Amino acid sequence: MELSDVPTLPRGVRLHHDRVRDAWVLLAPERAITLDPIGQAILEEVDGTRTFGDITTALAEKYNAPAEQIREDSAGFLTALKHRRFLDVAG
Amino acid sequence: MRPPRPIALLAELTHRCPLSCPYCSNPLELTRAEQELDTDTWARVFSEAADLGVLQLHLSGGEPAARRDLTELVAAARNAGLYTNLITSGIGLTQKRLIELDAAGLDHIQLSLQGTTPELADDIGGYAGGFKRKMEVAAWIGEIGFPLTLNVVLHRRNLHQIPHALEIAQELGARRIEIATVQFHGWALANRDALMPTKAQAQEAIKIVTKARHALKGKLVIDFVPADYHDQLPKRCMGGWGTTGLNIAPDGQVLPCHAAQTIPHLTFDTVRDKPLSEIWFEGAAFNAYRGDHWMNDTCKSCDRKEIDFGGCRCQAMARTGDPNATDPVCAKSAHHNAVKEQAQAHAAMGEDVPLNYRQAPGKADQAAE
Repeated sequence: MELSDVPTLPRGVRLHHDRVRDAWVLLAPERAITLDPIGQAILEEVDGTRTFGDITTALAEKYNAPAEQIREDSAGFLTALKHRRFLDVAG
Repeated sequence: MRPPRPIALLAELTHRCPLSCPYCSNPLELTRAEQELDTDTWARVFSEAADLGVLQLHLSGGEPAARRDLTELVAAARNAGLYTNLITSGIGLTQKRLIELDAAGLDHIQLSLQGTTPELADDIGGYAGGFKRKMEVAAWIGEIGFPLTLNVVLHRRNLHQIPHALEIAQELGARRIEIATVQFHGWALANRDALMPTKAQAQEAIKIVTKARHALKGKLVIDFVPADYHDQLPKRCMGGWGTTGLNIAPDGQVLPCHAAQTIPHLTFDTVRDKPLSEIWFEGAAFNAYRGDHWMNDTCKSCDRKEIDFGGCRCQAMARTGDPNATDPVCAKSAHHNAVKEQAQAHAAMGEDVPLNYRQAPGKADQAAE
């Protein structure tokens, strides 16, 4: 994942609050992925316009954590979603 | 212990279908149109399902497009907060209807492919012109922008078409393809001589899929159900009986899996009489095969019992006559060798075995069979 990449959730993939289990899930074709607070925090920043660099800088400030660490964790998470076609990335 | 809540609901809206695939997963005794749940009842059930914890709704059949109220049902499902997926052959969908489904909030479409050429697809589906029509529907799906999965059921006659199916999926812009080897329940049982894959085909399919998954990573997701009759370990059927998903038949009967009605001792509740949560948590059919209380010693003492739960109950029923038996696909089953040999005998029947097509549901004015 490059800093200039723009991640976006494609049509048919959406964040959803599971009110019965009180958890955030990512709903996608044939899948419902329960998100931990980190995954939820990352995906809430994904809006289809901001770059990976913007998103991780914002998360680093918000959680007062080293940007390097945030970038590494976020890149792993987002790349895994991309491989499952739950995330599109524009270069 | 209270069972977990379900994630997925398969709503079989109707058993009516223009196709007559010889491996149809509907029961042999098909529900007639006038026995189907009406729009309001389905809408209530979708709402009860969401309250129970269901996140994903699969609208299936038969052919769900045979329901004139399909758009209303999709709107009701989205209104209940469900992720809504349409599983269709495409026949009965027009461009206008697809635009209406889009406006109603349909999330995703799964389009079935009976073969990758018109000749084979129309022969298997028993519907002339079906393939051509399906490709028109696929183009409209692409124009509207619905996320698309192609579903392909594989058997001896079309297993050689996997590479072509992968090409078509990419041409149509599908994100996923489900390649599932036919499960021998219901109508397919009568077609084992025509459809049983050979062991060589089953092994070749695994090779092709493994290679394609690597080559198409990030482009096309491949979900694959291999042929288990030639295997040593049973499948993790339904992700565990009564733990993850449920089916509702067109007349409102609630089933732990689509083939559960083949198990004679089970009785099924209907959404006409009881709330869905009561049926899920307390229904006799759902509790029949939860946990390990029902297991024989072979399964109960097995270190894989929480991995595959003794395999498929309906397959145990179909092949051994005992729904509590170890799935005969398992090497530990006393029936394992016999079933394997029988599968090989079915697979060796060659190319000329005629297909026994699924028949249409009866009409009200016909005498009940």
